[in-house]
Amino acid sequence: MSTNSPAGFRAVALAVAWRSVHNFLTNPAFLAPALLFPLFFFVSFAGGLSAIGEVPGFDFPSGYTAFQFVFVLLQSAAFGGVFTGFAMARDFETGFGRRYMLAASRRSGIVAGYALAAVFRSIVTWVILTAVALIAGMEVGGSGGEIFALYALALIVNVAATMWAAGVALRVRSIQGGPLMQFPVFLILFLAPVYVPLDLLSGWIHAVASINPVTALLEAGRGLISGDPVLVGAAFAIGLALSALFALWAKGGLRSAEAAG
Amino acid sequence: MNRSLRTQVGQLARRSVLRTLRQPAQIVPSMVFPLFLLAVNSSGLEDATNLPGFPTDSYITFALAVPFMQGALFSVLNSGTDLARDIETGFLNRLALTPLRGAALLSGLLAGSIVLGLVQAVAYLTVGLAAGAELAAGAGGALVIIALSVTITVAFGTLGLFAALRLGSGEAVQGLFPVFFVFLFLSSMALPLDLLTTDWFHAIAAANPVSYLLEAFRSLLIEGWELGPLLLGFGIALAILAIGMAAASGALKTRLVRT
Repeated sequence: MSTNSPAGFRAVALAVAWRSVHNFLTNPAFLAPALLFPLFFFVSFAGGLSAIGEVPGFDFPSGYTAFQFVFVLLQSAAFGGVFTGFAMARDFETGFGRRYMLAASRRSGIVAGYALAAVFRSIVTWVILTAVALIAGMEVGGSGGEIFALYALALIVNVAATMWAAGVALRVRSIQGGPLMQFPVFLILFLAPVYVPLDLLSGWIHAVASINPVTALLEAGRGLISGDPVLVGAAFAIGLALSALFALWAKGGLRSAEAAG
Repeated sequence: MNRSLRTQVGQLARRSVLRTLRQPAQIVPSMVFPLFLLAVNSSGLEDATNLPGFPTDSYITFALAVPFMQGALFSVLNSGTDLARDIETGFLNRLALTPLRGAALLSGLLAGSIVLGLVQAVAYLTVGLAAGAELAAGAGGALVIIALSVTITVAFGTLGLFAALRLGSGEAVQGLFPVFFVFLFLSSMALPLDLLTTDWFHAIAAANPVSYLLEAFRSLLIEGWELGPLLLGFGIALAILAIGMAAASGALKTRLVRT
């Protein structure tokens, strides 16, 4: 079997993914924030802001819990990718990443492995988040296919965020690059219609949210969960375009890490 | 306080203040992050003022209380991480060989928190008022807000010291951040207690002391001078300070015995 074959790529990706998943599951310092942060946000938003559902003009059919669930789902998808970027940066800081680079027959498999691990950790988070939301009485108006599409959208967001964070991690190769991975993602998520629909926003936040690509992702997700799909094609197109763009960014990062030796 | 103790506290306080001021990584996030959230939340939740019973028609006035609490949470991290670094590098062991008193060590270490709390409070208040928030209690109220903010920041700083002395690792202290953040999330951070319509959330928020610290700030911003919320706010802050200092003193004794 050639070392440059697809099988070589797969072997590298699976080995890297296995180690990342193992670290994630066996270290409470990594596991707890990934699980707890989305739950804190969900509890705080859906529980503490439920009265917002009574604001004049707020007419989301599935209620405020489902409205916020979609935001927290997409947010956990994005941060699952960012946290994986942290792990990647830590590996390169401690020298483990360089050993990966020496050992891997196809180095793009390293990035793919971290991406697989990011998907896994996000799925673990979504299972718990969904269970908590359903226990909290979330109403789901969408069909099985629409809910599947919602999670597919979250998966694409996870891949895009992982590629973004990987690009930063491979360039900076230190955990000190953490804020650089995290803050832009945080910024773009919170400059979308987080608490109320776009129509109810006013002033500068309305102007910013109107041009923010995350707005389409959120509106599509909320449409899917309530059984009233809107902007689904646009949201998938935006998600895939961002994933492709950031995959190129991560590829550039890999070249940078290779050049650094 | 005798002269020896004053000298000890003074030296450590100077070191703590300089250390804080020389670390932009400590100051910048604790300023930028709360102000960013204030900007986003005050715009995104402006419609909440249309809810019957909302205490003001300006959401930014209501939300301005939150950055003071977020700033105090950063104080847990900053004071705890600094002390943990002293433990990890062996600096605390060297101090243990000197005649330094435990009270002097803890008081001195909190000087950085006092300065950070002061800088944060002035920045939050200035930016909030410039962005359109109202201050019903006037200039005197501004001074009380700053005093309350510094008291809370120092009180939370003692919790950071306790965590550092117990855990002895900066990474472990950083890992506690979500735990402290829960208290803010499960409070009347976004809506007044009366408008928290989810029963279980209302019950938790009503039992959470952070809700009453927020109410103390809001009483000055929205109502003017109301003694009840202010006494409650200062009382809770001082109680946290006393508990935190007692816990940190106990943990310090244990750690020095270990060394």
